[in-house]
Amino acid sequence: MYVLIAGGGKIGANLARSLLRVGHEVTLVEQRRDRFERLEDEFEHVVVPGDATEIFVLERAGIQRPPNIVVAATGDDEDNIVICQLAREKYGVDKVIARVNDPRNQVHFDLLGVSPTVCATSSMMALIEHEVPEHGLVHLLELPKENVEIVEVQIPPDADCAGMRIDRLQLPDGARLISVKRNGQFEIADGDTALRPGDQVLAILQPGKEDELRRVLLKT
Amino acid sequence: MKAIVIGCGRVGSTVAHELREEGWDVVAIDEKEEALGRLGEGWDGGFVVGHGMDTSVLRRAGVEDADAVVVSTDGDNTNIVVGQVVQKRFGVQCVVVRLLDPARAEFYASQGMRTICPTSNAIERLNDAVRSCIVPEPARTA
Repeated sequence: MYVLIAGGGKIGANLARSLLRVGHEVTLVEQRRDRFERLEDEFEHVVVPGDATEIFVLERAGIQRPPNIVVAATGDDEDNIVICQLAREKYGVDKVIARVNDPRNQVHFDLLGVSPTVCATSSMMALIEHEVPEHGLVHLLELPKENVEIVEVQIPPDADCAGMRIDRLQLPDGARLISVKRNGQFEIADGDTALRPGDQVLAILQPGKEDELRRVLLKT
Repeated sequence: MKAIVIGCGRVGSTVAHELREEGWDVVAIDEKEEALGRLGEGWDGGFVVGHGMDTSVLRRAGVEDADAVVVSTDGDNTNIVVGQVVQKRFGVQCVVVRLLDPARAEFYASQGMRTICPTSNAIERLNDAVRSCIVPEPARTA
């Protein structure tokens, strides 16, 4: 497989090293002269100097072949979006992967169809949220393009909804309960399932309905 | 009619001024507060400090009811992304994007973006100027 990596920082360089070790062909593009020289000592002809958002640099790096995958791993989100758009739209690269540096820019990557993306901050935040649920609701899966997400809620000890059947709950439109985990056992949530304190409930809902769902399941 | 100018440098500030003089409602956006100085003391349009990638900054500038947006920060890739965000997220019909790199300007123009490339314009003007300097060969006398 041939992989073109834009950005020779820690992520790009380590990715290149790992891919080369398992026998893939790699080109790494690095803009900063000092960093390029250090990388060249290790990677030799694999690393190409230049700004990977410049068309002639991309072409010198072999984008016209085209690569099987282009990874945009620079420290600049606008650059990463442009690299992915050029790779896909101009050179017909099938698969692009983009690094998101500032999680607030995730919406722009989504809007412009640049996916998949990897954001270190969001990944860590999701792990922390899982450990210490904030406001009782943990995001397990988000599919922004499909406008749907899956969350986990733990029913508090004195919740108003405890003891109620699921079909009696005033769930918001665009939200459904999927399953209830109780004493380590999963069961599919039916209308006649009664909630109990401590239940871990999975729900599928449209983004933005979290507060309404909290009101139904967490209110005490 | 309402226009937003994102990036208030030499180009952006002059564009903002000229549109204002023609009677547009104009709001300029720049990352640096000092950019307001470029608009001069008599500036009676709007000014928002912030980055064009920040949708809350765009909203504060009134992007939702803008008729035209000019994107002219000093970063080509920022301009490319902000231009698309303004067009696709906020549905602004007239979005004009300044790009210094002729290659990217040509590609994004082919994707339907209205790009203006001062570099290409300068190249043409310089070549024209050189061509007009060439002294015509003296006509042969019979």
